[in-house]
Amino acid sequence: MRRLDLTAVIRVAIVGAGPAGIAAAGVLAAHGVAATVIDEGRQPGGQIYRRARAGLALDIDTLFGAEVPNYRNFHAAFDGLRGRIDYRPQTLAWGVDGKQLHTVRSNEADTIDFDALILATGATDRVMPIAGWTLPGVFTLGGAQVLLKEHGCLIGRRIVFCGSSPLLYLAAKQYRAMGATIAAILDTTPFAAKVGAAVDLLAAPNTLARGLGYMRALRGERVPIHHGVTLSAFEGASGVERVRFRNRSGREHVIGCDGVAFGFGVKPETQLPELAGVELRYDAVFRQWLPDADADGRCGGNVYVAGDGATIGGAEAAAVTGQLAACAVLDDFKIAVAGVDRARARRQVTRLRRFQRGLARAFTWPADVIRDLDDDVMVCRCEGITAGELRASIRADFGPTEVNRLKAITRCGMGRCQGRFCGLTAAELTAQTLGIPLEAVGRLRTQPPVKPIPLAVRLAGNSVAAARDETSAPA
Amino acid sequence: MNGRVVRAVVPSGPPVRILVDGGEVTAYTGESVLVAVLAARNALRQHEFGDEARAGFCLMGACQDCWVWLADHSRVRACTTVVSDGMSVLTGAPPGFDRRD
Repeated sequence: MRRLDLTAVIRVAIVGAGPAGIAAAGVLAAHGVAATVIDEGRQPGGQIYRRARAGLALDIDTLFGAEVPNYRNFHAAFDGLRGRIDYRPQTLAWGVDGKQLHTVRSNEADTIDFDALILATGATDRVMPIAGWTLPGVFTLGGAQVLLKEHGCLIGRRIVFCGSSPLLYLAAKQYRAMGATIAAILDTTPFAAKVGAAVDLLAAPNTLARGLGYMRALRGERVPIHHGVTLSAFEGASGVERVRFRNRSGREHVIGCDGVAFGFGVKPETQLPELAGVELRYDAVFRQWLPDADADGRCGGNVYVAGDGATIGGAEAAAVTGQLAACAVLDDFKIAVAGVDRARARRQVTRLRRFQRGLARAFTWPADVIRDLDDDVMVCRCEGITAGELRASIRADFGPTEVNRLKAITRCGMGRCQGRFCGLTAAELTAQTLGIPLEAVGRLRTQPPVKPIPLAVRLAGNSVAAARDETSAPA
Repeated sequence: MNGRVVRAVVPSGPPVRILVDGGEVTAYTGESVLVAVLAARNALRQHEFGDEARAGFCLMGACQDCWVWLADHSRVRACTTVVSDGMSVLTGAPPGFDRRD
């Protein structure tokens, strides 16, 4: 009886409705806990299982290929949960204070009291600046896929996919299936690095086989694929018209296109964990700061993390970490867990994360390219701050040796994206210019709201409250 | 000017008409402002601190590089806002406003 009483009173808030968030909500619902699920999206799925907009006859089988069963299982699971969770789409969770989560939907603000908070915030593309990366027609790799999945739209007719990511091959295959011409795939990692990472990659042989299959199929269709390239510039007048690169022997090439999708793996959305008091630790393989949690996603203070926002592992790992985080919540509130084989889930997560670490070596973040960035390349696309301005600031007498100081002086990272797309580059530039380790320069600290919110938001009780100004980005 | 974004799936829903800088553009129910504008135009907006045209970047609500003005002086993030019939989108600031506002 005690178990039922506790179940009735624990309030769990979940941020994110991708594979991790929905898996967590499913486990909780099976134990009688109706979680409140906050989703910025219009429909559940996160980025990976993004649903086509209503009324669009998108052929899911063509688009998702081997991922179709996962896609369908996800959405079937969500539909089955519909009456047993408090699902709030198009809602931004913008801050955490103690045991309260602040949200805004349209112009309506709300505060959710929770006993436990599961943050399944996902990730964005990790990008580095390349000359011309702000030209119309240059998009992130993940974004190019999202546009296709949600709207059935292509970023252009003739596309270059470039950077370093296993998704280059998947995205190119999807775009080709939907009618785009693939001008080229320019992979910045040498093929040898992929062979070197093979041991870790074999931790998930099916995923590896699928990836190699995509590469082989594209080659068979005579899509030009170059490994070990250096991207020199995206060029064009009013929009991108060509990509200039050097091949692995150093020879320069130019490829014409009207769209570019680029990315270097993913960057976890760690802003809300940070605001919730979770420690971030430096990860030398990913060269990023990730939330510090135990094997089940427990961070202390009744905060839990799951999915790619916690530790990069991909969609399948995300779902399993979501289950483990929900089990950890149940444990901590003394609710007996049934129906989840945790030993197996933990083994599965370990295996998939090892695979992802292999991927991080097979598709590297070319940090040395940042060292060679021309001074006139824009690093912060919000505020228009160049690599040269940052270097000048770092090299000045008593110049900044830490990124938050660099931000205060140069405004790099102070814009509307809050450093999501320039923060890693600013840190690499600082470390390289000073000749000190990357972890020594720190990381940009998060300020609430984690994304711009309207100037005046209405509280759920109808009184008018001034919130943060959307235009005055937090310092 | 031809659009940048290509509709690879023939839209089946009812068309809606929006205005982009006063010019009529056909979009479809459920589309984002970003898709509607970029299917007909090269770019979405001008950068606040330069003369560059921008057409969005992350397409998932994170980079904030697709904010456009509406004629009623409000601003919306084009990639996450759905079009409505008669919506009037401006790629620059409305009269009396500075684009850095």
